[in-house]
Amino acid sequence: MWKTSDGFAQTGLVMVDEKRLPTWQLNRNDGCNRIVLGGDWIADIGSIPDFPQSSVDGIPPGQSLQFDTVDIGRWDTGLLEFLWDAKRAAITASLVLDVGALPGAASKMLALLPGSSFEPRPAARLRFRPLNWLGGQTVDLLAELGTVTSLLVTILTGCAFALLGRARMRKVDLVANIRDAGPSALIIVSVVNFLIGAILAFVGAVQLRKFAADVYVANLVGLALVREMSAVMTAIVMAGRTGGAYAARIATMQGNEEIDALTVIGIPVADYIVLPAILALVVTMPFLYLYGCLVGMMGGFVVAFAMLTVTGAGYLHQTLDAVPFSQFVFGFVKSIAFALLIGGTSCHIGLKAGRSAADVGVAATRAVVVGIVGVIAMDAIFAVIAQVVGI
Amino acid sequence: MSSADPRQAGRGEAALLSVRDLTLAFGSKVIQRDLSFDVQRGSIFAVMGGSGCGKSTVLQSMIGLLRPRAGSILVEGDDYWSGTDAHRAATGRRFGVLFQSAALWSGLTVGENVALPMQMFTALKAAAIRRSVKLKLGLVELDEAIDLAPSELSGGMRKRAGLARALALEPDILFFDEPSAGLDPITSRRLDDLILNLRDGLGATIVLVSHELPSLFAIADDGVFLDAQTKTAIAHGAPAALRDNCANTQVRAFMGRERLDDDSKATAA
Repeated sequence: MWKTSDGFAQTGLVMVDEKRLPTWQLNRNDGCNRIVLGGDWIADIGSIPDFPQSSVDGIPPGQSLQFDTVDIGRWDTGLLEFLWDAKRAAITASLVLDVGALPGAASKMLALLPGSSFEPRPAARLRFRPLNWLGGQTVDLLAELGTVTSLLVTILTGCAFALLGRARMRKVDLVANIRDAGPSALIIVSVVNFLIGAILAFVGAVQLRKFAADVYVANLVGLALVREMSAVMTAIVMAGRTGGAYAARIATMQGNEEIDALTVIGIPVADYIVLPAILALVVTMPFLYLYGCLVGMMGGFVVAFAMLTVTGAGYLHQTLDAVPFSQFVFGFVKSIAFALLIGGTSCHIGLKAGRSAADVGVAATRAVVVGIVGVIAMDAIFAVIAQVVGI
Repeated sequence: MSSADPRQAGRGEAALLSVRDLTLAFGSKVIQRDLSFDVQRGSIFAVMGGSGCGKSTVLQSMIGLLRPRAGSILVEGDDYWSGTDAHRAATGRRFGVLFQSAALWSGLTVGENVALPMQMFTALKAAAIRRSVKLKLGLVELDEAIDLAPSELSGGMRKRAGLARALALEPDILFFDEPSAGLDPITSRRLDDLILNLRDGLGATIVLVSHELPSLFAIADDGVFLDAQTKTAIAHGAPAALRDNCANTQVRAFMGRERLDDDSKATAA
């Protein structure tokens, strides 16, 4: 605006290469109080002086405060910063501010600025009140439990309707979601499970070789994969990949008022967004689990074949012997439960998210963290149940 | 520079911003072609036209977001789009832009929104920046909102905060995209007054895209009227002058909020 550094001078202002420091002085003669300003008042220099309230101490209220700007060079909002200080000081001391001598533009801008100063209140100090905290946490927990339960009921009834072929969701959405959750995830599921199978075989091979029990590597890899690892690893991959995406997508829709638009039109959010997302996971995850088992066993076989004296037929036979069908059912059911957990929590977190860009990031992070921790915790519960039931 | 171009010589040498034969397109879809106009220093220049005529696209091109397909945009005779990205960014720092939805960064407080450009492009110390931020927020009557998050502001406050951010680097040229869109008449009127005061007080040149007639008549003193059919400017001049004596009936009808003749017949039939 009033800069000259880039070779651009506002008309009416003198071009000077060297910047003079801004100066001011308050002259008080017989009821005439005059602030004499000099130098360049450019905000970029960063040396705009303050006008302390104390400098108008002792001036009787009602007297006027004038300016002398004859010596002033270039100015921009830097001058306004000082003038605003003076204006507030004058108002606090009940003086009459006479802006007549100021440049017209400056007095216009000064008129826009409020007369009273706003100092943000220092944040109230947080005192730790255990009972308040406990109560607040309990209420939050109960409220959360309520919303989760109602969402769960909606999802389960939705699933039931879907099984009966009477779901209110659109088939295209379901198909699109299944494509995102299933085939697109094959590569990462393959890589992870193959490596897990290979690692299990490697660890087992080193130990089992000591007892000449080489062929039992197949038992170890097969059981570990089918019972635990494949289901858990696939679920963790899906929590990071699909759960995070669901939360981010729904949180973004929240920010764009898309969710509001659905609600107003009367399309239940649960039917339109949540149900296809969760159903897609419920449909794909068990199959990804089975696929993961197969790929993992192949990984195990590759390591066993390379390190130990194992034949292909022997490995296959040993695996089939070691892993009964019930273990597959157990893993299959677990995968469905993980899918419900990941889909439900990530959609819930997305729906609960705030409306800003930062909130989308928070929602995605939280969905992934809750998904992964939830899957592992749920797996522990399944382990206990299996122990009790005797699978 | 200016004497080399006969048209520019005719339309005043002091033009701060000149658009010359500008053609804008997305892919094969031409938005505007052969568009020329000058923005005089210290004026409030309005880019007008009906919905979908490409007003905002022209603005995007002027602020460096959309490269023109042909033609040039001259800032004090300096071709804005011909230089390197760094050159364009340096010129861009002389611009202040108020986006249609204010586009405040939601992760920062209102004060931090205004402070960020200063932190990045000036050597000022934190205290000086804080003081400057307060002043700029004070100018738009938002100094009390300095520590609030953008999400806690109303629509009008957000616009004003966006304006304070646009003022952060003491720009020569302020661009406003639909400044009064979504504001009630009183808030919109206050924003108009603020824009006038900023022009007079800071000596800034203002380019605004708008179709809010009351606000256009109140503040703009020059402008260009874009047309969606012919895809170029069909009238130049101040909004009030266009309303009263523009040769083009379509422009006159738009500015006077009248129905075009053939339209009214169609409705009657």
